[in-house]
Amino acid sequence: MINRLVFENLKHRPVRTLLSALAVGVQVTMILTLVGISKGMLEDQAVRAKGVGADLSIRPPGSSAIGLSGNFDERILPFVLKQPHVVLATGVLIAPTGPITSITGVDFPTFASMSGRFRFVEGRPIEQPDEVIVDDYYAKEHQLHPGSTVKIFNREWKVCGVFEQGKVARIIIPLGILQKLTANTGKLSVIWVKLDDPARTNEVIAELRRAGLAEYQIWSMADLISQMSPNNIPVLKTFTAVVIGLGVVIGFLVVFLSMYTAVLERTREIGVLKALGATPAYIVGILLRETALLAVFGTIAGIILTFGSRWLIETLVPGSLTQAIVPDWWPIAGVIAMGGALLGAAYPGLKAARQDAIEALSYD
Amino acid sequence: MTEAPIISARGLRKVYRAGEVDVHALRGLDLDISRGEFVSIIGPSGSGKSTLFHILGGLTPPTSGSLTVAGYDLLKISEAERTRLRKTTVGFVFQKYNLLPTLTARDNILIARDIAGKPVELDADFNALLDLLGIRSRLAHKPRALSGGEQQRVAIARALVNHPAILLADEPTGNLDSENSTAVLALLGDLNRRLGQTILMITHNAEAAAYAHRIISMRDGRIVPND
Ligand SMILES: Nc1ncnc2c1ncn2[C@@H]1O[C@H](COP(=O)(O)OP(=O)(O)OP(=O)(O)O)[C@@H](O)[C@H]1O
Ligand SMILES: [Mg+2]
Repeated sequence: MINRLVFENLKHRPVRTLLSALAVGVQVTMILTLVGISKGMLEDQAVRAKGVGADLSIRPPGSSAIGLSGNFDERILPFVLKQPHVVLATGVLIAPTGPITSITGVDFPTFASMSGRFRFVEGRPIEQPDEVIVDDYYAKEHQLHPGSTVKIFNREWKVCGVFEQGKVARIIIPLGILQKLTANTGKLSVIWVKLDDPARTNEVIAELRRAGLAEYQIWSMADLISQMSPNNIPVLKTFTAVVIGLGVVIGFLVVFLSMYTAVLERTREIGVLKALGATPAYIVGILLRETALLAVFGTIAGIILTFGSRWLIETLVPGSLTQAIVPDWWPIAGVIAMGGALLGAAYPGLKAARQDAIEALSYD
Repeated sequence: MTEAPIISARGLRKVYRAGEVDVHALRGLDLDISRGEFVSIIGPSGSGKSTLFHILGGLTPPTSGSLTVAGYDLLKISEAERTRLRKTTVGFVFQKYNLLPTLTARDNILIARDIAGKPVELDADFNALLDLLGIRSRLAHKPRALSGGEQQRVAIARALVNHPAILLADEPTGNLDSENSTAVLALLGDLNRRLGQTILMITHNAEAAAYAHRIISMRDGRIVPND
């Protein structure tokens, strides 16, 4: 019975109901999109790292799986190659071009022997010093084709090929050119290493550390990829917490306002319910159920909107952002939405429960 | 009469605090109502009629004096017990806006069952009452699709659905045209006669008051002899 009243009340003010649910939905989408982008981008990065075909990676001291800290001398490379079980090693230099974008310098001969050739969707490998290759995501976002030019580091580059994504980076030029261009001659950011027997990875890592690379970050592929999780990125964790906080505040405010106006306009009805013997708990129960229903509608709307935001990202900026759909977070976002909403209903509920029945029943 | 009165008030007072000033709405009221009576209460505006009903129905506690309603001592009982009194012992009908606008007539009646914690259904006896009230065919409508008279009859049905000992009707015909008024008043008379329902009705209208067995006049928060 009470559920019918709750449902009819929501139906009675369709615009208010819709807007409140939508606001809760936006809150849910905000959280899910952020989480989805974090996950999607890191998964992408993991795919590209796997695409190298290495068994382990060596990074400069103080680096993490997703953040590099400075570069190191490329003379480590021949040293690494001399170690037992190491069959191949290739170094790359990574130079940031923006907050989330970078260009990667690759030593094509050694890289190809480790990772296989680039598969070109369009065009061909680099032949001239002013040429660059980009992956298909980046090409789609910036509408690039062989013959297009891109401006990187205040220089015009000619795109000569578009390769299938999943190989180390999105924008690639020869290692030597990037080293010179960024005044990093003789420097590398990462060394990828292939072994004769992947089962010996940990053994080789221990050996490398003993042989003088103790300060370097050396990870097996499995460890590297498992590190690529939002939980390992403090900034992202903070950012997620901020967005969740914002979401709770939005949900709280919208539901507060919506339920507050509902209580005001139902003064008389609340009086009638009290005259019928409704307890304060009964009256609060009506409001809380309405709120809970709003939160459920909002969460569903928010999840649907997440597919919309993914579609937008895929269509507009596939080379910069990737958004994963993260069903694991659906219940979490739902609980957050419910929490904010119920918090918002608390004061209006209290007001309704305390409302003086006699005043409510007076006619003017 | 041997049976104890269902309502018994002695020296009943009610003081409202309106900002800085005290409003003495009831000033020492004495009243006895027997079970099965149909009583009209008349009096000028502000004489305390509604206040008396609100106290009898447990919507607000009296300030002093003594009052028992169907065994409840209204000066001693807690808020929770007053809620129980409203739920089980009295039924209210107000002048207007009695019904919840988002619910159908049937649901307006059923929600009183729900609040009372009783099965949310209407039994055969109650359907007979709905026939008597002439609203059985109107139950699927929402209040705005009902005439004022029909709305009041639904409100009466709702007030009676939990079989209260006392029906308190505060100007039930105050908002109705004369045809609908007559119908509602005749119904109250019928309910009293056929079911022995105890009814207290506030009215401004002498004709309406005449439907009752007894007319009580109020003035300045007291009962005064009829003139
Ligand atoms: N909640 C309240 N707070 C303060 N004063 C009140 C309150 N309710 C009633 N009063 C005052 O108590 C007095 C009696 O009011 P009451 O409503 O009982 O009169 P009434 O006889 O029902 O009048 P009417 O015929 O106009 O309905 C009035 O002076 C009124 O202003
Ligand atoms: Mg009155």
